[in-house]
Amino acid sequence: MSEGESVDLVLVLAIQVLFAMASLALISVGLAVIFGMMRVINLAHGEFLMLGGYSAIVANQHGVNLWIAMLVVAPLVVGAIGVVVERTLIRFLYGRMIDTMLATWGLSLFLIGLVTGIFGNTTVGISAPLGGMAIGNYRTSIYGLVVIAITAALLVAIYLVLRYTRLGLFARGTMQNPNMAAALGLSPPKVYAVTFGIGAALSGLAGALIAPISGVFPTIGIAYIAKAFITVIGGGAAILSGTISAAALFGAIQEVATYFTTPVFGVVITLAAAIVLIRLLPQGITGRFLKRWL
Amino acid sequence: MKIARRALLKTSAATAAAVSTGTMLSSRGYAADPIKVASIHDLSGGLDIYGKPMVDALTLAIEEANAAGGLLGRQLKLVSYDPQSNMQLYTQYAQDAALKEKVAVVHGGITSASREVIRPVLDRFKTLYFYNTQYEGGVCDRNQFDTGVTPAQTVQKLVPYSMKKWGKKVYIVAADYNYGQITSEWVKRYVKENGGETVATEFFPLDVTNFGPSIAKIQAASPDFVWSALVGGAHISFYRQWAAAGMNKKIPMASTTFAVGNEHIVLSPEECNGMLICYNYFQDLKNPQNTAFVERFHKRFGANYPNITELAMGTWQGFQLWAAAVKKANSVDRMKVIEALETPISIDAPSGKVTIDAPTHHCILDVHIAEVRDKKLNVLEDFSQQPPADTAAVCNLKKNPNDNKQYVIKA
Amino acid sequence: MNARSRNGALNGGALNGGTWNGRAWNIAGLVTVGVVGLAAMIGLPLVLELSSLLDVTVYLILAILALSLALVWGYGGTLCFGQSAFFGLGAYAYAIAMFNIGESTIPFLLAIVLPAAFAALLGYFMFYGRISDVYLGVITLTVTLILFNAVNSTAGPEYQIGEARLGGFNGIPSIPPLNWPGMPDSALDLNDLFYVSIVLLMAVYFGLRWLLVSRFGRVIVAIRENEQRAGFLGYDARLYKLATFTLGGALAGLAGCLFANWGAFVSPTIFGLGQSAQIIIWVIVGGRGTLIGPVVGCIAIQWLTAFLGSAQLTKASLAQVVGPTVADALSSVMGFADLSNTSLILGAVLLAFVLLVPRGVMPSLLDLARFLVRRRPADALADKAERAT
Repeated sequence: MSEGESVDLVLVLAIQVLFAMASLALISVGLAVIFGMMRVINLAHGEFLMLGGYSAIVANQHGVNLWIAMLVVAPLVVGAIGVVVERTLIRFLYGRMIDTMLATWGLSLFLIGLVTGIFGNTTVGISAPLGGMAIGNYRTSIYGLVVIAITAALLVAIYLVLRYTRLGLFARGTMQNPNMAAALGLSPPKVYAVTFGIGAALSGLAGALIAPISGVFPTIGIAYIAKAFITVIGGGAAILSGTISAAALFGAIQEVATYFTTPVFGVVITLAAAIVLIRLLPQGITGRFLKRWL
Repeated sequence: MKIARRALLKTSAATAAAVSTGTMLSSRGYAADPIKVASIHDLSGGLDIYGKPMVDALTLAIEEANAAGGLLGRQLKLVSYDPQSNMQLYTQYAQDAALKEKVAVVHGGITSASREVIRPVLDRFKTLYFYNTQYEGGVCDRNQFDTGVTPAQTVQKLVPYSMKKWGKKVYIVAADYNYGQITSEWVKRYVKENGGETVATEFFPLDVTNFGPSIAKIQAASPDFVWSALVGGAHISFYRQWAAAGMNKKIPMASTTFAVGNEHIVLSPEECNGMLICYNYFQDLKNPQNTAFVERFHKRFGANYPNITELAMGTWQGFQLWAAAVKKANSVDRMKVIEALETPISIDAPSGKVTIDAPTHHCILDVHIAEVRDKKLNVLEDFSQQPPADTAAVCNLKKNPNDNKQYVIKA
Repeated sequence: MNARSRNGALNGGALNGGTWNGRAWNIAGLVTVGVVGLAAMIGLPLVLELSSLLDVTVYLILAILALSLALVWGYGGTLCFGQSAFFGLGAYAYAIAMFNIGESTIPFLLAIVLPAAFAALLGYFMFYGRISDVYLGVITLTVTLILFNAVNSTAGPEYQIGEARLGGFNGIPSIPPLNWPGMPDSALDLNDLFYVSIVLLMAVYFGLRWLLVSRFGRVIVAIRENEQRAGFLGYDARLYKLATFTLGGALAGLAGCLFANWGAFVSPTIFGLGQSAQIIIWVIVGGRGTLIGPVVGCIAIQWLTAFLGSAQLTKASLAQVVGPTVADALSSVMGFADLSNTSLILGAVLLAFVLLVPRGVMPSLLDLARFLVRRRPADALADKAERAT
């Protein structure tokens, strides 16, 4: 292999690592919002991703432009589902963390069953748009780069909302001290409903963006859920810095381990690293470092 | 305690004997009792895309047989179980079919795991078993017949064909389980025999959806073509990511697993056009019998039925072979039917002539190479009467009728 | 936290030794379970045909698994999402040892000791790391997924332990059955396995009952109710939790060993999320803080699952149950072929119980029984006093 070629290979691999980090952050951020704000572990998170994928594909099949289907329709649909779920299930269980986990697990099974009944167990999908491009002798997908860019933009947008808007102020207030926020006149039920809706919408967006790459089938959520959980818990309570730091760490570990061993050991090594991390830093990365960050 | 238990067992054995004599008498009394045929295929859970066409084929076969007057003057009754892709239920339903329903034959099992779960159960309770799925080969059991193709039958033909067309350097990607492992061994062997080189083999668990790093690895190895032995819904994303990187324009692909799960319909034509595949059956086979079969199938299950799969045809053939043997034996008795099948039985199926290979209980059948083109599978070349050479290398039920295991075949 | 403290009160009778009323209830319960168990042991082989007896056998084996989580979660207060990890380890340990040894005494013991040791290691990590409840759930879930992934990728010929090939996704078929200790030639037949399973289930049940009225049992419930208070009283919560978790692992391993015997087969799906979900559903449906509840829950849910796969629900049969209008609506939404969809139904069951009957069936039924039996005001007073403790 010539010098130039190996530089190309390193570049292609660097893009893969970046993509792994971005997709990890993308599939986790909705969960992080719900966990960070409400301390609710949503075990139906994987199914929200799955519903996002189906929303985008069904909309696209009905003639909606693919980008609008992914970036607008999917978050709206799943966000609405999130609000309904919060109003009909979650709100009865606030303060009962374990029961919330169980209820959302029940919801997860229920949604898998429901979607299987409607769409069947076949993989559906849309081709990734934009085609491929060449880096030296190697080819890589342009869409992968677009996903990285969208994820970055999304994280910046979340930062701006949290930092500079009234909504962000309420959110940070509720995060830091829910009782105080309530005492100052915020209505926690309203904040919670909105938060859950936004978290679900972000998951829907993520599911839609991943759909052209992995396809969608009813049980696809299971493939993501463990990764999303370790990212959020490994990152700790801070929504942004936690998600970004944990996604960067685990994404890099997974991709490098996969390249040098096999995909299975890639996953096993990542999950094992996560457990060790949680043992060392029970409050997550942001429980120890980056404490004052968002 | 021990005595009580023994006594108890005796009583229960006596009761069981009484009950079974009772049923034997009654079945003699009513000769027109239907003959029961069990189907144990996943209709829900992860494997239902494979199971549904198989059950449909069996349903149609039984309905047609009944319309033609049944078998031995008796009607047939389908007893259908859905094990929901759950191994525990496979065991329970096999027991139920053998002991409670007392079926004449069981057609069922999709994965090799499910087959190895029900095979010992049906052996133990002496119920004839047909496994109708293409699989890695090597099962040697007088109670079981296998109507699916095994790797040697298809790989042996497709490897030289692809090498002649594209070149000698091959990169194998395969599903990380028994079937993928053994298929890739056969690919390696035939690549070597034809003077080529396998540059790398990579295995993926069935639930992997991210193939980015592997696609980079394949490019680094720059093979003449890629051999795919990937299986299942999650692995469809390989083809998608491969096409998204534009690789499908650069490196062609051959497979003996693609299209069994209707991958060619799920994917867009641009993503998989030009792939070469090899099977026993294609819906587009041009012969009068197949044309009539497809017409009847569509009449029963709707004209927009996605695709009559290899596995559906395997199940159809399994039932017809069994029915022909029952007629020949003039009985549904297990040993008589097995002996009749070993004579050997031969049928003319829509896929061509299918004959039981008596020493292995597998099938001698035609295979066809086809190209994927715009959601259709266009047949390019036919190879008639391929023997199950891989299983034959390890299994001879004529010599060792009591053999009962799955051999791991070294390619 | 109303539900939880009432749960505590329910078995309070057992714990504080309490009033005669509480003790009478306990004795009545024990006698009932003993009588039903013995009747099942003698009667079932007489009335059931072999295939149904085999079905019952697997339900009994899984009931032992349900009891393991009933202990760890219902009494110990540790929600383990990965109880199937120990179940699977037990099954694999038995299978691998059996192929290498050929006589089942050591494999049987290994199937209990190995999962227990693994539980002890994992428990040490979690309890001594002072990891909170929620994180604990996520860690146990992750561990079982790691095991699933790892065992799933052992299809290649290089993964062989002695005589046993691990087989990856396809699992290990044709596992040799248990034999009577020391007699390698006297393998258990299917009838024997039924007796062994029901005897072991009753032994585990009564053993746990005994354990829970002992000092150890009182302490673990005290820790569940208030870890800090128990700590102030001088009990090391971590140690007690670790011991409970380890015992739970051992029992799950025992169930795994029997399960591998029943089907003569084990595959990685035994570690899967579906299996873990089932165990939790059995316990929550049956009732946390009871032992008989999870046993009943397990058998009921298992029966329901098997029924759904063979019943082939049609629109007509559905209409008889829920009425034609509902049947029409349901089938127009999803096509009636798919109504026998286990995932949908189990999900709905879990949701319904968490929201509507969080205590589970058995505690609610027992309360009803108490209410019906209670006649004299003195009893009611005593009962009230008991609840207050």
